[in-house]
Amino acid sequence: MVQLDQVQLVDVSRHFGRRRAVSHVTLTASRGDLVALVGPNGAGKSTLLGMLATLVTPTSGTIRYDGREARSLGAGLRAQIGLLAHDLHLYAELSARQNLTLFARLYGLDAGTSVENALQAAGLSERADEDVGRYSRGMRQRLAIERALLHRPKLVLLDEPFTGLDDQAARLVTERLKALAADGAIVLLATHDLEVAADLATRVAVVVGGRLIADESGGHDLRRRYRAVVGNA
Amino acid sequence: MTFARVAALVFRKDVAIELKSGEILYTTLFFAVSCVLIFAVAFVKEGQPLPGAGAGILWIAVLFAGNLALGRTFERERYSETLRALLLVPAPRSAIYVGKLVGILVLLFVTEIIVAPMVVLLFRVPLFARPLLLGTLLVLGSVGFAAVGTLFAAMLVRARTRDVMLPILLYPITIPVIIAGVLGTGSLLQSPADEPIALMWIALLVCFDVVFVTLALWMFEPLMTE
Repeated sequence: MVQLDQVQLVDVSRHFGRRRAVSHVTLTASRGDLVALVGPNGAGKSTLLGMLATLVTPTSGTIRYDGREARSLGAGLRAQIGLLAHDLHLYAELSARQNLTLFARLYGLDAGTSVENALQAAGLSERADEDVGRYSRGMRQRLAIERALLHRPKLVLLDEPFTGLDDQAARLVTERLKALAADGAIVLLATHDLEVAADLATRVAVVVGGRLIADESGGHDLRRRYRAVVGNA
Repeated sequence: MTFARVAALVFRKDVAIELKSGEILYTTLFFAVSCVLIFAVAFVKEGQPLPGAGAGILWIAVLFAGNLALGRTFERERYSETLRALLLVPAPRSAIYVGKLVGILVLLFVTEIIVAPMVVLLFRVPLFARPLLLGTLLVLGSVGFAAVGTLFAAMLVRARTRDVMLPILLYPITIPVIIAGVLGTGSLLQSPADEPIALMWIALLVCFDVVFVTLALWMFEPLMTE
């Protein structure tokens, strides 16, 4: 089993044809870190998450998981990664229970307990047998978050996790992410919401035009600092 | 997670979705049946079918319908990028390929079971005179076509021109399958049936299947990583 105490991007770039999605990014996150990737649309945040999830290969540079590259860790590494993407990775034709059961089995989990727990955490126990295609965006988002966290990953990658969530659900997700980090997971989330980033993240990485232009602590005054660094970029 | 278990889970998931929607099965069957009926209108004059047409029509109906099924199966995975979720599963990524391949094969076999008797009926050909050889040709031809098609459909899942590109890439590469299938089946429809020729085409299909299934298993992971 792969232990995941640290993930490290070293001078990582990714080009799509002539477009530079990510350019020479170096970033380290360790157990307990809750890192918010903030930046304007098209800054390269999702590509960074895709590369960390082993779904996108860097054009240059290396990504190290506890000092080792993904290729040498293989499937064992993927067992430790939980990804919530912008597209929610759910089958609209299947019910919430069927979706969660499928992924629980694919991750080798006891489907019964883990699925019931996930349904409860998503607040969907009573509508668990409805097709996901009938759910509202917020319900799908809650389900997708639970699907991504079903196997208790050590590296949690979330792309805009608060999209479509009401205040109460957003608060629950915030608490959930803080608890995950407190339990020793590495949490990276891409978000546009600076208030969320300030409240939630222990560190804020500002990405503009594919480049990491600031890596700061979260907390107060983030909006002013963000405007200052983005304005200077 | 074992390779076989992941492949089985992916296959069962596709079956569960298809049992709910019926979308791919019905459209594939409708297309294949329509194809055979149109050819029957064109090639059967005054109750007499065009000699030698039956074998070609059987394979055209099955493989064109197969192209439709391939496109739709991966369209489902594209809709919510679920293919990426499957690629993140801690198992050999080629197991996902095998699961999808088995799903496509089942669709092709169901299509063949429906279409073959129609060809017998409309074109008056002794298609079932050598059931074992015919079955072998159809199974091996389907495996070859689906092995290449599943790989290409997965590769093209994020391409904007996937609907156009899939047949453009698929048919030229599967020409050996189409030729072997049509000529092998044609040799069984002769009177008397030419079994040695059918066996020669079966041998070619075995070679094609071994080469392309091996290649696809080897290439699936690197091709699916962006």
